[in-house]
Amino acid sequence: MSFLNSLISGISLGSIYAIIALGYTMVYGIAKMLNFAHGDVIMVGAYVCFFAVSRFSLPPLLDVLLAVVVCTCLGMTIEKLAYAPLRAAPSLAVLITAIGVSYFLQNAALLLWTPNPKVFPNFFTHKATGQTGVVLFDGALRVSYVTLVTILVCLAIMAVLTVFISNSKLGKAMRAVSEDKDAARLMGINVNTTISATFAIGSGLAAIAGVLLCSAYPTLVPTTGSMPGIKAFTAAVFGGIGSIPGALLGGLMLGVIEILAKAYISTQLSDAVVFGVLIVVLLVKPTGLLGKVVREKV
Amino acid sequence: MKNKLSKASRRAFLTCAVVVAAFVALQSLASAGAMSSMLRGLLVPICAYVVMAISLNLTVGVLGELSLGHAGFMSVGAFTGVTAAAALQNLVASKELRLIAALLVGAIFAGIVGFLVGIPVLRLNGDYLAIVTLAFGEIIKSVFNNLYLGLDGHGFHLSLLDNKLRMEEGGRLIIGGPMGVGGIQKIANFATGFALIMLCLVVIFNLVNSRAGRAIMAIRDNRIAAESVGIPVTKYKMTAFVTSAAMAGAAGALFALNFSTIVANKFDFNTSILVLVFVVLGGLGNMLGSIVAAAALTVLPEALRQFADYRMLVYAIVLIAVMLLRNSPGIRAFTERARIRKGGEAE
Amino acid sequence: MSDPNKRRPQTKMVPVQPRAIVPDRDADKSPILECHHLGVDFGGLTAVNDFNLMIGRTEIAGLIGPNGAGKTTVFNLLTKVYQPTRGTILLDGADTSRMTTEQINRAGIARTFQNIRLFGNLSVEDNVKLGLHNHIEYGMWSGVLRTPRYWREERRAHESAMELLKIFEMQDLAGAKAGSLPYGAQRRLEIVRALATNPSLLLLDEPAAGMNPSETAELMDNIVRIRDLFQIAVMLIEHDMSLVMGICEGICVLNFGQVIAKGTPDEIKSDLVVIEAYLGRKDKKQKEAE
Repeated sequence: MSFLNSLISGISLGSIYAIIALGYTMVYGIAKMLNFAHGDVIMVGAYVCFFAVSRFSLPPLLDVLLAVVVCTCLGMTIEKLAYAPLRAAPSLAVLITAIGVSYFLQNAALLLWTPNPKVFPNFFTHKATGQTGVVLFDGALRVSYVTLVTILVCLAIMAVLTVFISNSKLGKAMRAVSEDKDAARLMGINVNTTISATFAIGSGLAAIAGVLLCSAYPTLVPTTGSMPGIKAFTAAVFGGIGSIPGALLGGLMLGVIEILAKAYISTQLSDAVVFGVLIVVLLVKPTGLLGKVVREKV
Repeated sequence: MKNKLSKASRRAFLTCAVVVAAFVALQSLASAGAMSSMLRGLLVPICAYVVMAISLNLTVGVLGELSLGHAGFMSVGAFTGVTAAAALQNLVASKELRLIAALLVGAIFAGIVGFLVGIPVLRLNGDYLAIVTLAFGEIIKSVFNNLYLGLDGHGFHLSLLDNKLRMEEGGRLIIGGPMGVGGIQKIANFATGFALIMLCLVVIFNLVNSRAGRAIMAIRDNRIAAESVGIPVTKYKMTAFVTSAAMAGAAGALFALNFSTIVANKFDFNTSILVLVFVVLGGLGNMLGSIVAAAALTVLPEALRQFADYRMLVYAIVLIAVMLLRNSPGIRAFTERARIRKGGEAE
Repeated sequence: MSDPNKRRPQTKMVPVQPRAIVPDRDADKSPILECHHLGVDFGGLTAVNDFNLMIGRTEIAGLIGPNGAGKTTVFNLLTKVYQPTRGTILLDGADTSRMTTEQINRAGIARTFQNIRLFGNLSVEDNVKLGLHNHIEYGMWSGVLRTPRYWREERRAHESAMELLKIFEMQDLAGAKAGSLPYGAQRRLEIVRALATNPSLLLLDEPAAGMNPSETAELMDNIVRIRDLFQIAVMLIEHDMSLVMGICEGICVLNFGQVIAKGTPDEIKSDLVVIEAYLGRKDKKQKEAE
């Protein structure tokens, strides 16, 4: 049973990674850049949600919605101000700018919200009984509502996004831009709008991930987003960067491996195990689990 | 044969001259007592970061592979260097000799780790290579965070995860897991730091302007073409990678021996990124640029202390602004024109 | 330069027997290159199939065919940029199946690329010195420590590089950045770089692409001159029929990854299959060229 418990919390953590990884993978697929500030957008989302609850005591759904709106605007603003002017610049310049944005967000949060940790409220408590989860098999298996909601939300997002990418007009435009920017432009697709929309979606998802992350791990500080950000980035690469099913697969696997390593190998070395598995996977499949193999034209 | 120095040699001489001049100026300021204690305390870290920057520039600028785990090699150098210095404490009387031995040990161990890391890493390309270097950086950090090393009359004792060292009376703990290394004798000094920078510069410039360096740059410019003219690509990638790692190791040892305590978390992803920022701001392949950027950006956060809480925010804004300005089409066209004009005069 | 046509020996053509297109002067020597049933699949697509070829020691051979016929793929197979799925390649009688691209070069095949692949940020001289890489004899430490050996070998490399650049009268460009050269000069530099590796077989992938007729004529002279000077075999892919028909002694025609004809230029010109598959579409241009 303890294995099953670990597995479920692994899947739950993996779902959060998957949602964050989606943001990385979509932006990478379309703008060909590693958006290192993505993890910090998560943190902003969590803070917005936290203040919506604690200051204005808005109902839970509205809190999340507010966080999504704020992060969507934030993502689009960052893209417009910091990344769009660098469209023609070398990729390293964009990477460093993204790191600058990440520093900026972290330090702005530090100033605005102080380094004192905030305790994130648990939305997922049964109103009548005060229970935070379901207990099965006479207490042998405990599944918290957060875990259940996280997994369900992740699956829902994946389904919606897959349909959106393959069927909607904007989704098709995104695929076209990720394939060939110039050709897409010649076909009358507004590349700037498409990239902007990608950032908007990615950042909106980051807000949801932020709320879920802090519901599961309720300590909120300005650097909350950086480690999950790096992990999710790893998950995106693990699954094959640029691939949406890859982000899901990579995220889930990373979460499960991390939790199982914590349970069965060593708490302190769990990160080392996660990154070790990543290295092995990339050696066997150099473009990730579901990544496309691009043959260099000679 | 050639009475005019090549452009590359002129650049190398200019870089070395600037470093020597900066050393002389700073050293005389320090000995005249005209230097603030803040700056004096930064001299050795500046040297360490300069070496980090030029060594990473060898990987990123000359070899053309993005590394996000350079701090890992610094970490290896720091811990092995400090251990060596501690082990030699009662054997070698001269501080300078101990320091040099520590730098050497740091460089050798980081070089070995660089080689081991390089075997898988250099088989990958582009962003995948970058993420694997990041992964190795994190693994190295985790390992040092859980490593216990003690020294007694029987020699070294090592254990992972828990302090299970069974040492005899009088044995001392050197590396204490997440507590890192404490009670370090601060034997690092500015002159040695300067000498290390000069040594690394000479090695890099001589390497770049030789058969091996040409091969490394050829791989950067066009790997397939390099293979097609019979250049053993893996060998030269490894040469550059290991050289870069060894230099970072020496820098790590220098850095660690300037503080009384060091912990593994000091050498995390953020440190790798910090050094990468130096390299990109200074210009890829431009050693002088790396040196100036490393020195300036090490001093800047300290100099911004008067802004107290705002300093890191200002730092972030400066970073973004510099990247935007350097890559804005207008500025680019301007520097391009300036370069052409300068070239015209030179001929 | 004397008329290349005079030099070209008449050979008898029997398509199934590859040896037939090896020029008479090479007939008593073993061929430099033999391909037997060479083929490669990409996923489910067969890019090249049952490719057989034999090239004489000092032959200038042509590989032609419509776009997408698999010509460059053949070069990529010969140089192991792609690993063949089937078949064997014998270079100077030795099996190359276990060799990598860099080993192939050291074993004697040098090439140029259709989409020029120079070391763009390095000088012209350095590009040639990179071709000489395996003939410069000092190690990394000699370079770092600047030993006398370094200076001696670097000077020797400089002299050889200048000597090679003379072939195309490019000595004056030695200091220029390779990436900043005009197109034609870049193509010529790629040939010089390939020659610097001291090959016994030189593969040229569309050497005349983007050149005007007078440049092409000069290139033809130079290719023949290179062959005479270095006594090596040359195999080239080219769409310019005046060049192919002018200097090639044996021609192999590829279509959809299959060899559809082999023979001397005269035989190829009159081969109905070739005309149908390839020259048929170009015969107007062909007439203009002649």
